[in-house]
Amino acid sequence: MRTTATIAGLMLATTASAETLTIYTYDSFVPEWGPGPAVAAAFEAQCGCEIEFVAAGDGAALLSRLRLEGARTEADIVLGLDSNLVAQARETGLFAPHGVEADFDLPVAWDDDTFLPFDWGYFAFVSSADTEAPANFRELAESDLSIAIQDPRSSTPGLGLVLWVEQAYGEEAGEVWQGLADNVLTVTPGWSEAYGLFLEGEADAVLSYTTSPAYHAIAEEDDSKVAWAFDEGHYLQIEVVAMVEGTDQPELAQDFMAFVATDGFQSVIPTTNWMYPAVTPAEGLPEGFGELVQPETALLYPPQEAAEVREDAIATWRDALAQ
Amino acid sequence: MSLTRPGLWAAALLLALSLGTLAAVAWRAEWAGGLGAADWAAIRFTLTQALVSAALSVGLAVPVARALARRAFPGRAVLVTLLGAPFILPVVVAVMGLLAVFGRRGLVSDALATFGLPPIDIYGFEGVVLAHVFFNLPLATRMLLQGWLAIPSERFRLAESLGAPVGRLLEWPMVRATAPGAFLVIFLICLSSFAVALILGGGPRATTVELAIYQAVRFDFDLGRAALLALVQFGLCALVAAVAFRVALPDGLGGGLDRVVRRRDGVPLLDAAWIGAAALFLLVPLGAVVLAGVAGLVDLPGSIWAASLRSLGVALVATALAMTLALVLALRPGAGVSLAGVLPLAASPLVVGTGLFVLLYPFVSPGRVALAVTALVNAMMAVPFAVRILAPAVAQAEATYGRLADGLGLAGWQRLRLLLLPRLRRPLGFAAGLAAALSMGDLGVITLFAGSDKATLPLEMYRLMGSYRSDAAAGAGLLLFGLSLGLFWLFDRGGRIGADT
Repeated sequence: MRTTATIAGLMLATTASAETLTIYTYDSFVPEWGPGPAVAAAFEAQCGCEIEFVAAGDGAALLSRLRLEGARTEADIVLGLDSNLVAQARETGLFAPHGVEADFDLPVAWDDDTFLPFDWGYFAFVSSADTEAPANFRELAESDLSIAIQDPRSSTPGLGLVLWVEQAYGEEAGEVWQGLADNVLTVTPGWSEAYGLFLEGEADAVLSYTTSPAYHAIAEEDDSKVAWAFDEGHYLQIEVVAMVEGTDQPELAQDFMAFVATDGFQSVIPTTNWMYPAVTPAEGLPEGFGELVQPETALLYPPQEAAEVREDAIATWRDALAQ
Repeated sequence: MSLTRPGLWAAALLLALSLGTLAAVAWRAEWAGGLGAADWAAIRFTLTQALVSAALSVGLAVPVARALARRAFPGRAVLVTLLGAPFILPVVVAVMGLLAVFGRRGLVSDALATFGLPPIDIYGFEGVVLAHVFFNLPLATRMLLQGWLAIPSERFRLAESLGAPVGRLLEWPMVRATAPGAFLVIFLICLSSFAVALILGGGPRATTVELAIYQAVRFDFDLGRAALLALVQFGLCALVAAVAFRVALPDGLGGGLDRVVRRRDGVPLLDAAWIGAAALFLLVPLGAVVLAGVAGLVDLPGSIWAASLRSLGVALVATALAMTLALVLALRPGAGVSLAGVLPLAASPLVVGTGLFVLLYPFVSPGRVALAVTALVNAMMAVPFAVRILAPAVAQAEATYGRLADGLGLAGWQRLRLLLLPRLRRPLGFAAGLAAALSMGDLGVITLFAGSDKATLPLEMYRLMGSYRSDAAAGAGLLLFGLSLGLFWLFDRGGRIGADT
């Protein structure tokens, strides 16, 4: 009995001295130039608590880490899964409803009681402004432009591209990929390597986001990069945050989920994560964002469907490119 | 010898780290099915490129090492140190350096363009092999060069005065003894290659087993398939190891005084051509890395310095651990020990990391042990190189002075201190330099365990790359290159100082 009392006392003492909210997220969220520090500072000012970020690779690696840890995870919040991973994340049963009502500025309807969008972007090919832009995948296939893309088996943008072609072309996706095969310079493990190849001039274009030119325009004052607008429409990436069911900080976690949809969080996103905020902040979007390509059609498989078509879409991609 | 027991412990630790972690992953897995057609295609590709890469690396290293062994010229010491550089560079940095030379906008393509020729296209099988030779030719050269330098100079003088064929009598037996080991090590490095194959491979044809493992662990969370693929990788390793050990003949040359070889055989011009070609192939891409990085140095974020210190700490701990393990293994030759000295190379770092995660998670928070685990796994990955470098030197010292030492009753620690360590200075320095630099540049398992604020320098570099900051990332790459090479040089030189006298 005494030990129990001592342990309980110790636990009370630790929780009283420092309330810490542990947020698992992807790598590029936490550095000093990423959204993490500003987001943490804004939330800590209102909660009187401390935020601890744990960076676990990219979105997919983040989910794997969580599955390895299971219900015993120290995470209170998981931030940075993308919509194509939501079905698998839901299956783990590790997440709790967020109970947040917000007016999202997303190009598609998003209604999910557990996974709350915090930012989004359109996938797009980014090239130099003086490269003649194709208007769709078929034109790209007919051109002799070279593209660097990411592997759908190791990278979330890579998977986004495969689902993009799948949704735009359905049965004809394989044929489109065969046409693109001679345009694909190479397939990289992640976004960074492909983007690096593009910046080195190895590829004419790279799969990235419509918001990528905003980085170059705002941070580097370089207007020479553009995103190609494709008339099939552009596939979306919606990044979500969720609360862990077994959290030992349910109130803090709940407060943080509500905070995500406010300006304190959303105004940080555009010029640190270089994506669109899920809820446009009161001050609007930064200047460079106004000139970005605005796709006419937004494509997105709902999470469950994305999980179902994923395997076949990747097989189509692989078979077409492996010939 | 009373050093047998530590040798067994070291072997057991390495077995636990390579196979034990695999078992942990398998234990945690839900089994869904065997290997598909795509997996077999990946196995075939992996095997082919690894065989070709290793054969080319070792084949080209023989004339280069021979030329370096018998020619003295100004700058030779610097060149030999720089030979270590490609191998210890972080993969992405090295690939960018290679592309600056062999890419579509590289120097070679530019030169071709002035003659109106189209740019070269290295993406595909050739690109993967090119990159692997770039990484491993220097390693093979250094390993063979150690072999050449270990041939006592008295032998060369004797052979010369007798007019005997140096190549057949002295050099060929040494190559026979050294090359299979070098081939095996390089084959295994290429076997678990992941990023190189993917970046330069040109598409899904260039899928390696390691990529399939990566996909299984990180994307599908199919731990069963990951464990199965890792097992396949071990199987391939065991197969090639068996062949390599059979081909390798023990070297029975006996000893001499450690003097630098002065030789007059061979065609100087031909040797100069080999050295020049190898130096160009290796140094021009490195020059491109330096050029690209210099501009980025001013953009480096403040957090880079703390990350550098962390990486240096990890590298030093990993080096100490790796050298201890390698030395006790090298002191106790035998089949089991040879295997333990090779297995870590065939291990998938991702499976090792995941296995350790599964094993440690019940007891400790992963973020807390991130740096310790990174040092441990880096040490494990460096042991095979160190054993390969140390074992022949130990064997030679024992063969030459063993009986004398036995007669004097030198055993255990005394034997190590008085007989072996002085003889091992050069290989110890080289091995320690390699271990330190490898650990410094390796992204390793830190990504699996990373907690808050524990970024190492390679991780910080990837983070810069991952947020558009390519200039700063190139700067971080240069910093990493400089620190790795500095560590390598310090240790390697430490082993060489006084070797001339």
